[in-house]
Amino acid sequence: MKSSYREALRAGIRDAMLRDERVFLMGEDVGSYGGSFAVSLGLLEEFGPQRIRDTPLSESGFVGAGIGAALAGMRPIVEIMTVNFSLLALDQIVNNAASLLHMSGGQFNVPLVIRMTTGAGRQLGAQHSHSLEGWFAHIPGLRILAPATLADARGMLWTALQDPDPVLIFEHGSLYNVAGELDDDAGAVDIDTAAVRRPGADVSLITYGGTLPPVLDAAGQLAADGIDAEVLDLRTLRPLDEAAILASVRRTHRAVVVDEGWRSGSISAEISARITENAFYDLDAPVGRVCSAEVPIPYSKHLELAALPSVDRITAAARQAVSAGG
Amino acid sequence: MTGPLDPPARALDPAHGRHLLLQMLRVRRLEEKCVELYSAAKIRGFLHVYIGEEAVAAGVLETLAPDDAVLATYREHGHALLRGVPAGAILAEMYGYVEGCCRGRGGSMHLFDAATRFYGGNAIVAGGLPLAVGMALADKMSGRSRATVCFFGEGAVAEGEFHESLNLAALWQLPVLFCCENNLYAMGTALGRSESQTDMALKAAGYEVAAWAVDGMDVLAVEDAARRAVEAVRSGGGPHFLELRTYRFRAHSMFDPERYRDKAEVARWLERDPITLLRTSMEAAGQLSAQEWDQLEAEADAEVAAAVEFAEAGTLERVEDLTRFVYSERGADGGAAATGRSGP
Repeated sequence: MKSSYREALRAGIRDAMLRDERVFLMGEDVGSYGGSFAVSLGLLEEFGPQRIRDTPLSESGFVGAGIGAALAGMRPIVEIMTVNFSLLALDQIVNNAASLLHMSGGQFNVPLVIRMTTGAGRQLGAQHSHSLEGWFAHIPGLRILAPATLADARGMLWTALQDPDPVLIFEHGSLYNVAGELDDDAGAVDIDTAAVRRPGADVSLITYGGTLPPVLDAAGQLAADGIDAEVLDLRTLRPLDEAAILASVRRTHRAVVVDEGWRSGSISAEISARITENAFYDLDAPVGRVCSAEVPIPYSKHLELAALPSVDRITAAARQAVSAGG
Repeated sequence: MTGPLDPPARALDPAHGRHLLLQMLRVRRLEEKCVELYSAAKIRGFLHVYIGEEAVAAGVLETLAPDDAVLATYREHGHALLRGVPAGAILAEMYGYVEGCCRGRGGSMHLFDAATRFYGGNAIVAGGLPLAVGMALADKMSGRSRATVCFFGEGAVAEGEFHESLNLAALWQLPVLFCCENNLYAMGTALGRSESQTDMALKAAGYEVAAWAVDGMDVLAVEDAARRAVEAVRSGGGPHFLELRTYRFRAHSMFDPERYRDKAEVARWLERDPITLLRTSMEAAGQLSAQEWDQLEAEADAEVAAAVEFAEAGTLERVEDLTRFVYSERGADGGAAATGRSGP
């Protein structure tokens, strides 16, 4: 069937609400407004205001309430409008959700799912455009997901809700309108493994989330020039599927990491380090990286585009990797 | 309504009075021992004792049922003990031993106990309030009539999470009791130096939360107010707020030279020691003999002695298990959590 990424997310939420009465959705404008990105449009009418629960602008309050509800037996889905707003809830996410199980010596797990929009590309300026999922991936106790495909948008949520621990799902804003074919029986998918989206022999392009489409475009262009790029979609940023990363690098002997986060201290740095720690002697070229410029994302279209990983920058980095060394 | 409640009209049952005295004494003696053990380097990290404030926990927790939930702060030894966490498990936790109530992962500031629905032990000021709101939300959505009780200091009132939480609780009419332990100092900052409005109950009332101010040194007044508030909360009366006016007799922590308050002020408050207040009033009423008092002391001392013995015999978690409990441990089928016990 035809589906957009947005519709796939909605189908996932609806499915979870129908299957488990402990599940409810809570966040700013998820109900009457229909969701700031229209993901939850129509769910209020179907499930009512108790389970599609509009909140005040109180990120720390309602994220913390989600943690409390999870502690007390519910399976909340908390929506944060954008990743920048999640900074108002960092105390609850880091000091409580990620820490309670350990601090309590294994007594209190937090089966909570938090969804939020991430990323740039829509001229929304510095306070609505950042990619901080790599930052969250730094935190032990959290699981970090980045669905890049319709199937993952549809299927990651249910699996995340079965996880006994907190899961953060990052939905790149540029993906909501992406449309395509989704299997009629699409359902839950695993949230442990990376996926090879395009097999190749010459270079591994490692990415996730919103940069998967430009990376696939880049791989297509490279193919026209006789460079056979493998595209690895990480899908889960914590825990990283290190085995899949290393296996790909060992096949291609070259790697370029594409990450819309800033380069310094980023998830791309972590991936690069793991490759050099574990597969250094398999490499025929230094690990390359394509990241966002180290600048708060600007409004002006040409500046914003210049700050972000582009197909041209990805192909250039891949060509450099292939031309380097043996 | 806001403001002071009328004092309880009923006469004190002597047996109940002795029970409350014992509860406060148990906390006092355990914490006096904690200070001693800290000085002996048996306990490390931060240690914040509740000495002087015992009437608050004793009075409020007396009114709860086993299926109610309790959240507290980093000054929570007394709340844990009176909620039913064994003194030995509390002390072993401070020793950092696996026999502690959190296997030594939490320490003094992070006591937790699933069996008694004691949810910490939160060392971020106001960090527990949103959790309490969520737990009460879960109860309301599930049709359960039980209360969630959240303790916090008056310092928390300056945090955004306080305001977000009171608003949410009132907006959704949740079964939660907020207990503000106003001991007049946020660490070393006096209330008047940190709040433009120093009437805590008035602030709560601004969110349409029923709020009462209570003499937190009078355990009977605390118990009476808490009983009324908890009953209202349980029966669908929405969130309630108690400002419990109390005082910390000891330093904020073991590192506090107490430069911010004068000794005369402390001395004035010591005259209102909650244990002495109840003891002398019961003695004056002929409700407590010298022998009965001695028995209470002996009982509290024996519990502490047994707790020390238990903690001293504790063992260390294996270092190989360092990274356990970061994520839930899955059952053999890869399914439900084998460790975490969160749930209704």
